[in-house]
Amino acid sequence: MPAQPLRDRAADNLRFIRSTMERASSFTAVPGRGQVAIGLTAFAAAWLAARQPSPLGWIVVWVTEAFLALVIGGWAMIRKARAAADPVLSGPARRFWLAFAPAVLVGALLTVALYRADRTALLPGTWLLLYGTGVVTGGAFSVPVVPVMGMSLMTLGAAALFAPAAWGDWWMAAGFGLGHIVFGTIIVRRYGG
Amino acid sequence: MAKTGTAPRRDEAERTLKAERGGAAAAAKLDRLIHERVRLGILSALAANDTLTFAELKGLLKASDGNLSVHARKLEAAQYVAVAKSFQDRVPRTEYRLTALGRRALERYLDHLEALIRAARG
Repeated sequence: MPAQPLRDRAADNLRFIRSTMERASSFTAVPGRGQVAIGLTAFAAAWLAARQPSPLGWIVVWVTEAFLALVIGGWAMIRKARAAADPVLSGPARRFWLAFAPAVLVGALLTVALYRADRTALLPGTWLLLYGTGVVTGGAFSVPVVPVMGMSLMTLGAAALFAPAAWGDWWMAAGFGLGHIVFGTIIVRRYGG
Repeated sequence: MAKTGTAPRRDEAERTLKAERGGAAAAAKLDRLIHERVRLGILSALAANDTLTFAELKGLLKASDGNLSVHARKLEAAQYVAVAKSFQDRVPRTEYRLTALGRRALERYLDHLEALIRAARG
């Protein structure tokens, strides 16, 4: 058998194996439409939070938004998974949540600690950084756009940490609002749902 | 002048022959059971996941129900994949998992592919 066609076929099979493994390990239940909806509620939350007279009121608005986002995201994820006849907690989905959850839990703990230390001005940067970290680690098992979204959120978070405190809600609107809408739209267009 | 030109040509011919022999030897070692595209796809997909359902594999490999069942059964018969059947919301659910034997077979197959490419390079 000639060496060249053999080599070409072997290389082609290697490419096929690699691409199949990449596609198989991508968590496709990340809901693009759900993210767009989360982005819209984040814009509303930023508008509302900016009008709060006290730090506690400001935190309550954003924590409520976080729970709302969780409900919207969870519902959209289940809906998308069911539409694709996929189990919600399939292997890739489980790995996504296991990698995503620790950063979010740390964020919840730091929220309490920073509020008690009267350092709420640091919360927008902290939240964006930790949420971005969760999305990057969870996104390691997902479609390529998800870790890119995480990196963008982390960049915004890093900038927010060193920016004037008065810009906090603008950073939040940019990350949780615009970020979700832009990347959600990309997911809808490229991966459906 | 003519003599100096024939030696390199002979060397090249020997190298080609050697590569072909090496390639043929590596090709002969390829696991024919895995070599088929759908079966190779099933094993590759399962190597990247703990488990995958029939519906997930079907969507991933763009295969028909009948085609996928036939190839999955062959892999199951060779004990390269393990199958678990259950019901979810009264709907039958078939879940596939790569066995240790299947993982070793896929690794061996990858080694042989790489050997084939190396041999062809001479």
